[in-house]
Amino acid sequence: MQEPENDPRSIEQIRKSRNRVLALSLAAFVILVFFISLAKMG
Amino acid sequence: MTPTIPASASTSLPADWRDLFALTKPRVMSLVIFTGLCGLIAAPERIHPVLAFTAVLCIAMGAGGAAALNQWWEADLDAGMKRTSKRPLPQGRLDRTTARDFAGVLCAASVFLMGFAVGWLAAAILAISIIYYAVVYTIWLKPRTPQNIVIGGGAGAFPPLIGWVAATGHISLMPVVLFAIIFFWTPPHFWALALFVKSDYAKVGIPMMPVVAGERSTRRQILIYTVLLLPLSVLPWWIGGTGAVYGLSALVLSGLFLALSLRVAFRERSGPEDTMKPEKQLFAYSVIYLFALFAALVVDRFVVL
Repeated sequence: MQEPENDPRSIEQIRKSRNRVLALSLAAFVILVFFISLAKMG
Repeated sequence: MTPTIPASASTSLPADWRDLFALTKPRVMSLVIFTGLCGLIAAPERIHPVLAFTAVLCIAMGAGGAAALNQWWEADLDAGMKRTSKRPLPQGRLDRTTARDFAGVLCAASVFLMGFAVGWLAAAILAISIIYYAVVYTIWLKPRTPQNIVIGGGAGAFPPLIGWVAATGHISLMPVVLFAIIFFWTPPHFWALALFVKSDYAKVGIPMMPVVAGERSTRRQILIYTVLLLPLSVLPWWIGGTGAVYGLSALVLSGLFLALSLRVAFRERSGPEDTMKPEKQLFAYSVIYLFALFAALVVDRFVVL
């Protein structure tokens, strides 16, 4: 069972940490696509 | 009584990224990534390092997505088994819709990225492996037949084939042999585990071999598959696909696997207090075996005896 009041971290903290991971993943994806394009052109 | 996941599964907390990561079964994924990478490196042709990295990333994403689909489908069963009851879905730390959507995005992204960046043959095999694991194994075979692990073992056997095809662009005999090695390795690996968590599987009604056919039959079948695995593991050397480094390593590793299987095959559980040490050792060794065998494949590519 997991209720917000029982969890040591607040909803805001969980949301923030998840958004940070999502942003990093998207940035990594864009960088990867850039390098894939370079590799395909070369 | 059918186990059910807690009512709080429709949790009021947002999904934590750690729980989403746990859905991908990271420990299983490490073996998938490793065998996929080995298939790619052992292939006779080279591809651009960025494309090689992308291929391995896609294999990892596909495996993670398929594992997440598996956990989404089996959330109720997982809740009833000690080994799996701490997973995010049975614990109610994640809601099922989020798990399903996360799995779907991972699977689709892995296939399309593989197709666009590396090649559509590798992408097609990746798609087949995802469907094989999530649909053929998880939904169809696992709850129906004790041969679930035998046929379903094919799902875990795809990564070296995908890695090889990503590098070469075509299927040849060698990657098919690598596929066969993992296919024949899977039953002894899983049945060793099933022997010491038999009660868990029985409790939730999954027809694993020890539950349906009994322990004695399972032990003999473990031996049969290990005996078949020995010549199969050396086959890449016989057909000239590898050198002596791999061949001799395969002989030693498979010989030890056979020795541990023999110990399990001709023993009987002494009673409820039996710690099942030989079975646990066989299971642990089977993981080391696969890592070592594929590591030897890569080393063989660079070291000639």
